[in-house]
Amino acid sequence: MTEAVAPRAEIAAPARGDLEVRLKRAAEAIVVPLVALLAATALFSVFLLLLGKSPADFFALVAQGAFASWFSLQNTLQRAAPLLLTALCCAIPARLGLVVIGGEGALALGGLAAAAAGIAMTGAGGTTAQLVMVGASLVVGGAWIGLVGALRHWRGINETISSLILSYIAIALMNHFVEGPLKDPASLNKPSTAAIPDVAAIGTIPGTDVHWGLVIGVGLCVVLWVLMSRTTFGFAARIVGGNLRAAQLQGLPVGRLILIASAIGGACAGLAGMIEVAAVHGRANASLVVGYGYTGILVAFLARHNPLAVIPVAILFGGIVASGGLIQRRMGLPDATILVLEGIVFVAILVSDTLYGRWRIFQPRATAP
Amino acid sequence: MSSQWTPGRRAVVKGLGAAALTAGIGVSARRAHAADLVVGFIYVGPKDDYGYNQAHAEGAAACKSMAGVKLVEEENVAETLDVQKTMESMINLDKATLLFPTSFGYFDPHMLKVAEKYPKIQFRHAGGLWNEGKHPKNTGSYFGYIGMGQYLNGIVAGHTTKSKKLGFVAAKPIPQVLLNINSFTMGARAVDPAIRTQVIFTGEWSLPVKEAEATNTLADQGIDVVTCHVDGPKVVVETAERRGMMTCGYHANQAKLAPKGYLTGAEWNWANVYKSFIEAAQKGAPFGNFVRGGLAEGFIKTSPYGPAVGETARKHADSVKAEIMKGGYAVIKGPLKDNKGKDLIAAGTAYVETAIELESMNYLVEGVIGSI
Amino acid sequence: MSDALGLWGVPLAVASGAIRVGTPFLFVSIGECLTEKSGRINLGLEGTLVLGAATGYAVSLHSGSPWIGVLAAGLVGALFGALHGYLCKLPRVNDIALGIAMMLLGMGLAFFFGKPYIQPSAPMLPSISLGFWSESPQIRAALEVNALFFVGVACAAALWWAFASTRAGLVVRIVGDSADAARAMGYPVDLVRFLATAAGGFLAGLGGAYLSLYYPGSWNERISSGQGLMAVALVIFAHWSPPRCLVAALLFGGAGALGPALQAVGVSEGYYLFYAAPYVLTLLVMAVTVTPGRQLAGAPGELSVQK
Repeated sequence: MTEAVAPRAEIAAPARGDLEVRLKRAAEAIVVPLVALLAATALFSVFLLLLGKSPADFFALVAQGAFASWFSLQNTLQRAAPLLLTALCCAIPARLGLVVIGGEGALALGGLAAAAAGIAMTGAGGTTAQLVMVGASLVVGGAWIGLVGALRHWRGINETISSLILSYIAIALMNHFVEGPLKDPASLNKPSTAAIPDVAAIGTIPGTDVHWGLVIGVGLCVVLWVLMSRTTFGFAARIVGGNLRAAQLQGLPVGRLILIASAIGGACAGLAGMIEVAAVHGRANASLVVGYGYTGILVAFLARHNPLAVIPVAILFGGIVASGGLIQRRMGLPDATILVLEGIVFVAILVSDTLYGRWRIFQPRATAP
Repeated sequence: MSSQWTPGRRAVVKGLGAAALTAGIGVSARRAHAADLVVGFIYVGPKDDYGYNQAHAEGAAACKSMAGVKLVEEENVAETLDVQKTMESMINLDKATLLFPTSFGYFDPHMLKVAEKYPKIQFRHAGGLWNEGKHPKNTGSYFGYIGMGQYLNGIVAGHTTKSKKLGFVAAKPIPQVLLNINSFTMGARAVDPAIRTQVIFTGEWSLPVKEAEATNTLADQGIDVVTCHVDGPKVVVETAERRGMMTCGYHANQAKLAPKGYLTGAEWNWANVYKSFIEAAQKGAPFGNFVRGGLAEGFIKTSPYGPAVGETARKHADSVKAEIMKGGYAVIKGPLKDNKGKDLIAAGTAYVETAIELESMNYLVEGVIGSI
Repeated sequence: MSDALGLWGVPLAVASGAIRVGTPFLFVSIGECLTEKSGRINLGLEGTLVLGAATGYAVSLHSGSPWIGVLAAGLVGALFGALHGYLCKLPRVNDIALGIAMMLLGMGLAFFFGKPYIQPSAPMLPSISLGFWSESPQIRAALEVNALFFVGVACAAALWWAFASTRAGLVVRIVGDSADAARAMGYPVDLVRFLATAAGGFLAGLGGAYLSLYYPGSWNERISSGQGLMAVALVIFAHWSPPRCLVAALLFGGAGALGPALQAVGVSEGYYLFYAAPYVLTLLVMAVTVTPGRQLAGAPGELSVQK
């Protein structure tokens, strides 16, 4: 990825001495995206002003629809739940320098696999059925994006292109199974698989409307953050992402790392599909494909592929999406307004990468330890 | 518009924040004014698609002028958590008390979930899915027997075709679509039993390139009249016009798109339906849970005949329409074979438009070329 | 039936569909081919395509002339390409990721400003009747070809010739193969890439105008089903050769027409799988022809997808 990691220096540097470097680097990593967000907000405000709409009204409505009340907050959190997992699908391979955009397809197939597993487990206990469903979705999602990693390493096919193509194929496969072999004959006017058993459904967190998918997503973000930043695996992955040749020279198993990271990402997206099936739809059908995979890419980039940062960013985007309806109803703006805002934010965040290292305040003093 | 909505937007936003706080706990929203009714309409696609969503939006627009009614609308709402949250947002933040989620896939589980949570809010869904005893009392279905419109389309098409081959561009082989294909074919074959209908499924409710390609393929097969059942018939109708074919419309009136070739069309007439629901709500009268109707009840209508429709066709279609208006008219009746030669319905059995059997249709009748 | 083609309808539909459905692929892929030859990738052409479609339709409606619409679509596409080209020049900005962002922005703007144009009917581009010699209405219809297709073919030929035998083509290739070498030779690397990206955007914009003003000839939010994204993959498939881009575009277009045509002659099982076939084919061909560690023939050395 764009973040340059200097592996040898970091290995050599004593932890005590570079505290200042770390702090400054952390501050830079927070300040730069904030500047980008502010710039995007300003640009979008100009866009609204040119159209004769009030940016103040707009952002007041976003706050109102996303965070200002218990209802809005729950709405936001619920919408953030799938984004946490689809963002991980992009973020984890990105630590190795891969741009994977196939989360949408992995989600669809993971959901389909989970539904099929759930139906097969009819009669079993709730927890057993849920675990089997989770397993099925992890395996299928992991295999699907794992294939992207394998094609990248052993066939040299660009992962962005292959994940995109595989996404189209995955969605076609899901449609084929939902309207063919796995179709519930009773789902007449909206072709779907049979319903999963009621005991396998994922319920809501007590006292809220928000399903447990949010907790699973947040938990996975934390676990994967630990994996990527506190283990040798994560360290090796960062070296691959920072400098492939250096990694090869150090004798790291690059192929295996790429495969594992892609599979972890795919498993996350697959799990997102399982949660959609078990917590929202109760069955698999074409409604699994509604763009969570693509929004996840956005979240991952905004979080700079840091699993921990994915949490607040997903909630921010959940909030923007949650307020979209209100903006449509109150301001008479089309639903695509949210898409424009997302696009501007995304461009601004990516362009802000150029600011890293530009500001002296974040640079270590010349006489570093 | 009620006065509640006229002060500056900021004030409203503040006020609603407070309202949302109380509503979110589960107390259903009280009305702003006793006389005021907030009605929410939710569409799965754009409101101006010349098709399914436009038909509903036209119905909604007709209610705007009603006194004491405020409409809130949202388009392009996906059949997922999105629609649940849109409904709840309309209830909590806009204080809507009557909701029309119009897309088929909104019903189960989305509308049912929200309806259980808000028992004082009324939900009515376009489609025929509501079941007494199985579904909440504050929900219900409304639908129109539009197959009859396709039957009339078929009669006009049957008189107009020279090649004796008709075409049908369909999204997915679901019962509603199959009923339309079969009704259209039977209408045409009532004119001349030699007529065949070629059907092509695109697989998606809205996929313009595939719809255009399907229409072109039909033209290449020598077909001269087409109709369709996709969300937005605009592409099919325009492509057919360019290829010199005649078209029968669906969902809404597409005459403007094909001034030469538009014959007639099967249209929804939701304005009537929505007005009567809203009137009932205003009076506090009981709501129907399962409201359906056809031509006679004003739930559907037919487009005015286009210039290419001959005198015989008009007379024939008008006379059948008059029969349908009397009620009890059956299109699907025995003896009837499917398109593989298997007997479907024995002689003497007839399914009138209200028959529940039609809603699980899983066959194509004799005369349809295609398979499901 | 004298005027029916029966089974012959399938090859005819595929052949005419190849041109009808393939033309947007052609424009986007030769545009992308030019951009990638300069060493830059623009994944955002899907957004450019959709924005071009909306712009072309709107301008055609207001001006009454579809050709002005086509031009406007190209210019908006060039503007979008130029923006991408400019931003990618900044240090540490990832061109693949920025492409995805530009795609989102392009689609957002197209849907936003395109909303009022879903319903009205804009004047369409005329077609050229090449089938006047035939009695058969099907063949005549199949040979109704839009002028833009020939523009696309001419662009592909011109690009091929330019790469092979002009100085400008050589400069683009040098810049794409090694920025360092180009700089050493005194060529303005960033400017060349900027221009190549803008020109690629222009062509993608034309592809968009073709979608909304000729085939399927309508503006709505589903107008492109990912043609812009797939066209980027087709460039790799075509090994960065403009004539092969033409072949790949026609193949993909023909494959898109195969599904409906097969249904018309009674093959209707598993149409989702038919519709997915071109994607599987692309992936297979790439898996077979691409070898790790060795660059493809024609691949620009500076291209980030090749690293």
